[in-house]
Amino acid sequence: MKIHEYQGKELFRQAGVPVLEGIVATSPDDAVAAYEKLGGPIAVVKSQIHAGGRGKGTVKDNPDQRGVVVCKSADEVRQAAEGLLGKTLVTIQTGPEGKTVNQVFVEAGCSIARELYLGIVLDRAAAKPVLMASTEGGVEIEKVAEETPELIYKEHFDPAIGLEAYQVRKLCKKLGISGPAAKAAFKFMPAICRFFVDYDCSLTEINPLVITTDDQMIALDAKVTFDSNALFRHKDLLELRDLSEEEPSEVQAGKFGLSYVKLDGNIGCLVNGAGLAMSTMDIIKYHGGEPANFLDVGGGANAEQVTEAFRILLSDPGCKGVLVNIFGGIARCTTIAAALIEASQTVGFNVPLVVRLEGTEVEEGRKMLADSDVDIINATDITDAAKKIVAAAV
Amino acid sequence: MSILVDGNTKVICQGITGNAGTFHTLGCRDYGTQMVGGVTPGKGGQDVEGIPVFDTVEEAVDKTGADATMIFVPPPFTADAILEAVDAGIKVISAITEGVPVLDMVRVYEKVKASDSVLIGPNCPGIITPGACKIGIMPGYIHNPGKIGVMSRSGTLTYEAVWQTSNLGLGQSTCVGLGGDPIVGTNFIDLLIRYQEDDQTEAILMIGEIGGSAEEEAAAFAKENVTKPVAAFIAGRTAPPGKRMGHAGAIISGGKGTADEKVAALEAAGIVVAPTPADMGDAVVKAIAAK
Repeated sequence: MKIHEYQGKELFRQAGVPVLEGIVATSPDDAVAAYEKLGGPIAVVKSQIHAGGRGKGTVKDNPDQRGVVVCKSADEVRQAAEGLLGKTLVTIQTGPEGKTVNQVFVEAGCSIARELYLGIVLDRAAAKPVLMASTEGGVEIEKVAEETPELIYKEHFDPAIGLEAYQVRKLCKKLGISGPAAKAAFKFMPAICRFFVDYDCSLTEINPLVITTDDQMIALDAKVTFDSNALFRHKDLLELRDLSEEEPSEVQAGKFGLSYVKLDGNIGCLVNGAGLAMSTMDIIKYHGGEPANFLDVGGGANAEQVTEAFRILLSDPGCKGVLVNIFGGIARCTTIAAALIEASQTVGFNVPLVVRLEGTEVEEGRKMLADSDVDIINATDITDAAKKIVAAAV
Repeated sequence: MSILVDGNTKVICQGITGNAGTFHTLGCRDYGTQMVGGVTPGKGGQDVEGIPVFDTVEEAVDKTGADATMIFVPPPFTADAILEAVDAGIKVISAITEGVPVLDMVRVYEKVKASDSVLIGPNCPGIITPGACKIGIMPGYIHNPGKIGVMSRSGTLTYEAVWQTSNLGLGQSTCVGLGGDPIVGTNFIDLLIRYQEDDQTEAILMIGEIGGSAEEEAAAFAKENVTKPVAAFIAGRTAPPGKRMGHAGAIISGGKGTADEKVAALEAAGIVVAPTPADMGDAVVKAIAAK
């Protein structure tokens, strides 16, 4: 689960990670009031969307309007807020369709001496979290990783212990931080590692992390993603979820325990198991079709879930046919067949339907479908299924 | 032989009194697995269709001589269940549960590696030596005793692969579902070592997916250390970057972990890669013919 920058910074503040004063606003008036409360003269108006690259991003149909604006007066703040709120911001991470800006964060300015990068992720190969820091702050870190990987310094840490003092010393040496700024690093770096662990993050990224001219270390950005599997022990974080940032059909699918990702193709897929679902998309494409979605109905799929899955697939106007590919394990073919028959009555199929069933209780499941009046195209294996749906979905 | 489990393996189920635990314990017993007991704290002394239930794993091991476990406890308690099994000296731990927090697995992974236990999963279908021992949720009938070692990060895609090798008359030595999470107890390399040493295994089928670098590492290892034929398939060639494809582990981030990179690494190591999921069985046949 992702959260906004201003929410991340509030959590940072509570965790003892230094951030600047800032106030979130949903109208130009509120933005101006925030500016006046902060006391100026400099403030930064930052659009709040769940995507990076906002500083270089621009508003759709208004290429002069950037996603982050440095302001020196109340008028400039008003102008920036008017130019951003309710508008669509396109950044390198949003895709060409962009994202709507519903909130701006008005943040106090500071005097920057250096811009660094700091990120924490899970290193799968080492099975440990890793802190990554770089002198190349403020730019795309993916680019740094590709062109000058030697400028990214890494320290793994044990979640139970956190970052050790010697690791901070190593990083300071490599980043060229000394004196009072190093003192700030000894507080900042362990605190941000502790934050990552305490909140069960899958990503904590600060770009840029700045050192001010008076040797403070401050998180000028906050990109935080939580491990969805751990949210059961952070119920308070659920309030931070912004559903307007998510694809409505994916939210709806989540309510029914379905794992769904919307894509742009014409062939809807209903599959059990993530690996088989991905492979089904692959083989559709291999035979010349385009998948309209990824959909895993899960191991214990029941009638309600399958019905809802069909409802979601068929509500996509781009969907011109549906391929059902089930290899029954925990999920029984009879359950799927019964659900399919029920869905045909409650939802109604208006596009061709190709069904491939295999696995637990397959014979009974096939018989149920054959005895029903649901109009389906039977497939014998996964290739046959892909070819038939590609031919039928026009 | 086979790897990790065989007809002599004695299995308990942690979480035996839950719906899934009961259902699959009985399914494994019907298949012929020696299901000797189960564990649910607070329900010791009861039984599930004649299978005794204990309060702790230690007690279950003492009373039954169990050396393997199948874990169905809910995600908040899975890490603890795994650690309890390690503590009791269980040799093979098959954790089926989906949705375990990744930082829990960081803690568990270190403890498992420092022990003599082998952890499979979590978020996996389990392990099966066809005709001898099934510890998991896979449909038993699609398997046949035979010569292919099948290992996979995905559940139902494994069934697809097993089905194809069964239909080709090859059968399987032991099939292992590694699990779809970012951190799992056993990886491809751990199993390549075991399959290479196993007499019954004549060829290996490896089923990977986008995300991480486990397939690339396995390819490099196989090139240097595995003399048996190896075939592979990578799921997710058409997956868009930055989107989680069901499995927490299946996400392409920062341009890394793409299917194309993995296929290139596998082919460079002399591994036959199936172009579509329908060709996994054929890829094994080709790999065997090429050796």
